[in-house]
Amino acid sequence: MTETLSISERRIGVVLSVLLALTGLVMAAAARHGVMSTHGFMALGLGIGLAFLLAGALHDPEPPTDRLRRYYDAPTRFGIVMTLIWAIIGMGIGVWVAALLYWPEATPPWPATSFGRLRPVHTTGIIFGFGGNALVATSFHVLQRTSRARLADSVSPWVVLIGYNLFCAWAVTGYLMGSTQSKEYAEAEWYADLWLVVIWVTYFALYIRTLARRNEPHIYVANWYYLAFILVVAMLHIVNNLALPVRWTAAESFPVWSGVQDAMVQWWYGHNAVAFFLTAGFLGMLYYFLPVRSGRPIWSYRLSIVSFWGITFFYIWVGSHHLHYTALPYWAQTLGMTFSVMLLVPSWASAGNAIATLNGAWHKVRDDATLRFMFVAAVFYGLSTFEGSFLAIRPVNSLSHYTDWTVGHVHSGTLGWVAMIVFGAIYTLVPQLNGKTEMASLRAVEWHFWLAVTGTLVYVVSMWNAGITQGLMWRAYDENGALSYSFVQSVEAMAPYYLLRTIGGGLFLTGAAICAWNCRATMRGAAGHAADRPLAVQPAE
Amino acid sequence: MLKLHYNLEKVSMGLVAAIIVAASIGGIVEIAPLFTIDKTVEIPEDLRSYTPLELAGREIYIREGCYACHSQMVRSLADELDRYGPYSLAAESAYDHPMLWGSKRTGPDLARLGGKYSDEWHVAHLIDPRSVVPASIMPSYPWLTRTLDTDLLSDALATLARLGVPYDEDMIAAAEADALAQSHPDSDAVDGFLERYGERPATRVFDGDPSRLTEIDALVAYLQSLGTLTDAPYRTLAEDIQ
Ligand code: HEM
Ligand code: HEM
Repeated sequence: MTETLSISERRIGVVLSVLLALTGLVMAAAARHGVMSTHGFMALGLGIGLAFLLAGALHDPEPPTDRLRRYYDAPTRFGIVMTLIWAIIGMGIGVWVAALLYWPEATPPWPATSFGRLRPVHTTGIIFGFGGNALVATSFHVLQRTSRARLADSVSPWVVLIGYNLFCAWAVTGYLMGSTQSKEYAEAEWYADLWLVVIWVTYFALYIRTLARRNEPHIYVANWYYLAFILVVAMLHIVNNLALPVRWTAAESFPVWSGVQDAMVQWWYGHNAVAFFLTAGFLGMLYYFLPVRSGRPIWSYRLSIVSFWGITFFYIWVGSHHLHYTALPYWAQTLGMTFSVMLLVPSWASAGNAIATLNGAWHKVRDDATLRFMFVAAVFYGLSTFEGSFLAIRPVNSLSHYTDWTVGHVHSGTLGWVAMIVFGAIYTLVPQLNGKTEMASLRAVEWHFWLAVTGTLVYVVSMWNAGITQGLMWRAYDENGALSYSFVQSVEAMAPYYLLRTIGGGLFLTGAAICAWNCRATMRGAAGHAADRPLAVQPAE
Repeated sequence: MLKLHYNLEKVSMGLVAAIIVAASIGGIVEIAPLFTIDKTVEIPEDLRSYTPLELAGREIYIREGCYACHSQMVRSLADELDRYGPYSLAAESAYDHPMLWGSKRTGPDLARLGGKYSDEWHVAHLIDPRSVVPASIMPSYPWLTRTLDTDLLSDALATLARLGVPYDEDMIAAAEADALAQSHPDSDAVDGFLERYGERPATRVFDGDPSRLTEIDALVAYLQSLGTLTDAPYRTLAEDIQ
């Protein structure tokens, strides 16, 4: 990191690190005990560590003078390392909580390791830690290549990445200590939320400033998606997290929303976290890495416009499909259902566009596991959006809601689509950024691919069975008109599926661990700079 | 259209503005009207807010992530009415910051839990679920027997009052004392508690040990309050049947 910064940038870095340390100190001192003070100490430690690192490098030589004529890839490399670390943490905990549902006696007698506290560690760690780092890291890469411009400055990418990871670390350690807002995918407490706003504004500013320096007249479609991701996530995050702290020196707070409004705001946020975090950003990734890896331009530019605006406009309406048959007004449920079904059109347009792009490159898909990751991602994207639109239909949802079918749907999207496209992007990027032509071990990539596909299928199929069984048992009546099963009978029926799911997750995790090892081997002895030329952006037809 | 887009792609702030507009409409249409339903969906007269002890229990419910496995929202479906009771109304959670409707039923719905089991059952179940439900996969919560921290209670009530929950100044000032009083029905402080909260909240030694106010006291008090804050769902269901 330090050797890529000029001396004056290192100085700015020292100042920012000291500011971070001071913020941490104020938090730790003001809160005096509890989660907030622990978090203050974390920021203090990080700030001091960074200040020492940068100050220690103040007398090192300046970086080569021609650096401004090259892309700035050091932050991307760091982001990929963080992606892999969070992958292991997030999936490791996923497997562990999956095991706990089969074998609850294995829970150690400490508060921090209880299922209810670990589950949000899994979701936050994997969505924001793994997914978020992958999005930020690849966005820096894609932005520079498609704009043929270097990042607008060298300090703010580090602010974004390090600050973002501090947010993730605050969030997950908070849950372990019992600090949570309880809002799904927005559990982090108020000061962490505020911190994320600061980081996000920096990210947006960097993005726009770099776009402004582009040497291509057009903004490539991947960037539209990354921009939608940045903008809409900001909007969702701020509105959903509005809260009044109980005390300025305590982590506890109450959301300003209550009851049915809170439910609507929460799922407007929740489903659009799916849409703009787990979908839009990753579509950006797909629209760049799939053409690059397959050596073919996106099949239809026109279709990519339609699907982009379709997704951006329709998704926002669908959150209320999480609240079918609840106390939410009926008209809002109906709107959510209708738009969810319409959403299938732009979703399949994107998936179809991706798959059609591979037409003529099928031999590459057969031979290249990296490209196969992306192909499978596009297929699972198509599958899970179809499933999603189906689940959003009110009578279907009456069966699936509250059951493991939802969990199956979630992981068909997240394992099959999100994780697969991330791995495809990582296997394309890591050799390139380290001056190599391929990953250290191609056989390991092949192994990872099959482990990932098998793991996903085992996970998803067992959860479909589990969910449908549950749903049917809950609503079954015997001939006397009484409910056939007690609730706990439906719990007992889940055991084999929960075991299978744990095994599927274990396979997936093993694949991710192989990936981390392979990346480490490839990054070791890195030979200088990325040996790429800027991708020529396809102009409009 | 294509031409328009062709030009839009060259203006980054134009693209930004277009994204913001496209992504705002749905949210505004669906969320904005819900802020007027406060006036259209009336809050039932008998709706009470949580007592300080129940509120502390609710915070423990949140802290431990119970909502990850239990919903508190009975849907208007026949089997749910038969299994759990009357379907949930919006008004019931009007004072819930945040709502805890949940999205997954690894365990059963809890919206109508209050009064279904005894306090002893709850204590045993929380400490070791499999001692009362052998096939349960719920984790044990042995640490809940520790002393309840009531430090933040007054501030919590004050914060909620600012958000519109009907806590008055007496209630805020006496929050800590009231938490203690609710679980000590024989103490003198209970008169003040009854004056402020009425006869409806249960006043009992929830965990069977009067010597200490524990987290489990608070959590059980909260669980026993679920579904009892108003009778409106029962009235609505009766009207539906007629
Ligand atoms: C090794 C792979 C994984 C395993 C074993 C795993 C396991 C689990 C388990 C056991 C749950 C809790 C389900 C429940 O409460 O019944 C869960 C929830 C969840 N996981 Fe995973 N997971 C894995 C990978 C991922 C990935 C890669 C993502 C996202 C990128 C993800 C996102 C989620 C989400 C969003 C939920 C919440 C679902 C809901 O609330 O309906 N998981 N996962
Ligand atoms: C056309 C696209 C999609 C539609 C219409 C859709 C619809 C739905 C529906 C109806 C539910 C169940 C709500 C409930 O009963 O509680 C759901 C849950 C979920 N979906 Fe999708 N889905 C789509 C695509 C995706 C994709 C691609 C992903 C992941 C990358 C995803 C991730 C999730 C998650 C995480 C949940 C669980 C939320 C929770 O309960 O915590 N969805 N979706």
